[in-house]
Amino acid sequence: MKNKKLNSNTLLLIITIVLFFVMYAAGCIVYSDKGFGNIQTFLNLLINNAGLLCVTCGMTCIMLTGGIDISVGSLIALDCMILAVGMEHWGMSAPVLCIIVLLIGIVFGMVQGFCVGYLKIQPFIVTMAGMFFGRGMTAVISTNQVSISNEWFVKLANTKIELPFGAYTNNKGALQIPFVRLTVVVALIVLVVIFLMLRYTKFGRSLYAVGGNEQSAVMMGLNVPMTKLKAYVLSSFLCSIGGICFCLNTMSGNVQQATGLEMDAISSSVIGGTLLTGGVGNVIGSFFGVMINGTISTLVKTNGKLLSSWSNIAVAALLCFFIVLQSVFAKIKEKK
Amino acid sequence: MNKVKKITGMALFLPVFCMLLVMLVNVIYDAANGNFAFNFFTISVRNGILYGRLIDILNRGSEIAILAIGMTLVVSSSAGTDISVGSVMSLSASFCCMLLAGYGVASASTLAMPLFLGVLGGILMGCVCGAFNGFLVAYLNVQPMVATLILFSAARAIGLLLCNNVIVYVRNDSFGFFGSFLGPVPTPIVIAALCILVISLLLRYTALGLYIQSVGINKKASRIAGLNSEKIIFLCYIVCGLCAGIAGIVASSRITSADSNNIGLNFELDAILAVALGGNSLGGGKFRLAGSIIGAYTIQAITTTLYALGVSTEQAPVYKAIVVIIIVTIQAPPFKAFMKRMSDKRQLSKGGAAV
Repeated sequence: MKNKKLNSNTLLLIITIVLFFVMYAAGCIVYSDKGFGNIQTFLNLLINNAGLLCVTCGMTCIMLTGGIDISVGSLIALDCMILAVGMEHWGMSAPVLCIIVLLIGIVFGMVQGFCVGYLKIQPFIVTMAGMFFGRGMTAVISTNQVSISNEWFVKLANTKIELPFGAYTNNKGALQIPFVRLTVVVALIVLVVIFLMLRYTKFGRSLYAVGGNEQSAVMMGLNVPMTKLKAYVLSSFLCSIGGICFCLNTMSGNVQQATGLEMDAISSSVIGGTLLTGGVGNVIGSFFGVMINGTISTLVKTNGKLLSSWSNIAVAALLCFFIVLQSVFAKIKEKK
Repeated sequence: MNKVKKITGMALFLPVFCMLLVMLVNVIYDAANGNFAFNFFTISVRNGILYGRLIDILNRGSEIAILAIGMTLVVSSSAGTDISVGSVMSLSASFCCMLLAGYGVASASTLAMPLFLGVLGGILMGCVCGAFNGFLVAYLNVQPMVATLILFSAARAIGLLLCNNVIVYVRNDSFGFFGSFLGPVPTPIVIAALCILVISLLLRYTALGLYIQSVGINKKASRIAGLNSEKIIFLCYIVCGLCAGIAGIVASSRITSADSNNIGLNFELDAILAVALGGNSLGGGKFRLAGSIIGAYTIQAITTTLYALGVSTEQAPVYKAIVVIIIVTIQAPPFKAFMKRMSDKRQLSKGGAAV
């Protein structure tokens, strides 16, 4: 029985991974003249989605416990605004601000986690309030677009880490060395750490236990409210890391920043095989979910003629496909 | 003590209390500013049109109230929320305007087809979206939030495609009617009142309300009792879509255009909030439509009051968030248990003193 369950979930993961490669290969063939096949295009995919990847890792952890966090987008906006205004108007140093932002993330998560875990309020409502609060506080700090020109931060954002392999010549004949930004390294470290944590630590396993069946988790002697609280703290903390990555990409703070990012993160997780009922999923799937999300928008952008709303529709259609697939698998399992 | 308990235990205590609180804030604010203290309640007639802050709240709150009706049914029957209503509003508005103006026309002063056909098309579009959500939730057993997430991100985008990525204007008085005035009364108020009337009559004089609650309380038990649980949930989602369609038409008629990006933005949150504020459990089961509707107008009253107090549109969410957290904390079972323990302790110590 256990073997069967694993099989259907692994199958979903395999479908996701195959889909990503098929999509990417199709892009390479169709848009080969626009340089889609270059290794740098792939690396840009990582660079552009580094922030989203961090957020999605946190979101996956929360979804494993059967919860949801829709406050991430506004928390990122708040982080970016604090970084931007802090550096430009308050004259604080960038490293200190980064630490402050991370601390804000932890406190934010603690409050939300307390409400969800100990007060037993629906996660959706709690994080909705968090979303209002984050977005509103961003506006309280500043309603203008603030650009960052801090030296240390600019240097950090412009750091290129060149790969030792894969150099190619572009259309103009110049030699290009592929590179990634610092944010990619951070995001990949986060991914690996969360993967190991979910697989090998007590906390990681208890996340699965709480999401799988809360009552059995209680009977096993797990501290369910505490586990939930920790999950929300983790998510908000990762979200703050994602916020810093995001800020390094955009170099500005803006009230409307990262609107709808929570939905990107949730859809990436779901496409990656995480069930919203909790207990099933892992971050490898989420990684490919993010990549699929990014590939679709890159494809639409590369085409140039399509309206940008097509990428939304494509992601939604994909989401629909995976949701139906999940439910079909669940039905088959029930019958057995 | 007992009297207080009786009042606080009443079904509609929370929404009515919040409403009164908002009104009180308004009265104090007016009095402090040296205005007539009951400015908030004055309704006057200017140029043959009703005028006043209460009317304004009723008018602006129409969309939320209409959405709250559908949302209440969805929450009650499926124990989940429909987060796509805002996007569906936008899609209905876009579809309606596209039908009225003709595809690819950015601004039309003459209608391409009869008004009622366009409006009907918009509302039907809402129903179709509701049916899609309902199918996923009822027949495929998908979690409501995930199922509606699909249309949440897609509906607005489809609306943009229908409008060819521009804001379609329908500069025709007959279309503007839904957002303007019917005699002295703003039309949205009338439309909202009609919707409320129809649904509440339906719930009162048929067994539908009972069925919905029983499905919400226990889906399997209702199935065994002979109810078609899936069909009832499906129906609730269609009604929710219908409400979103109507709200979308009202919203687009107000500005006589289909602004796909902004119509219904964050309305799903307001609608869900209205349901929670109305004292309905978001875990499904029993519901009170009246509570949700009072909740909807309370939210609008809070928003209007905040604007009157000089809070900017972007900063208003902070206060809304605080209100939400306070309300849900009061409703949370652990908090209630804590309060009960406190009052028990107090009574115990009193009893001890008497002995």
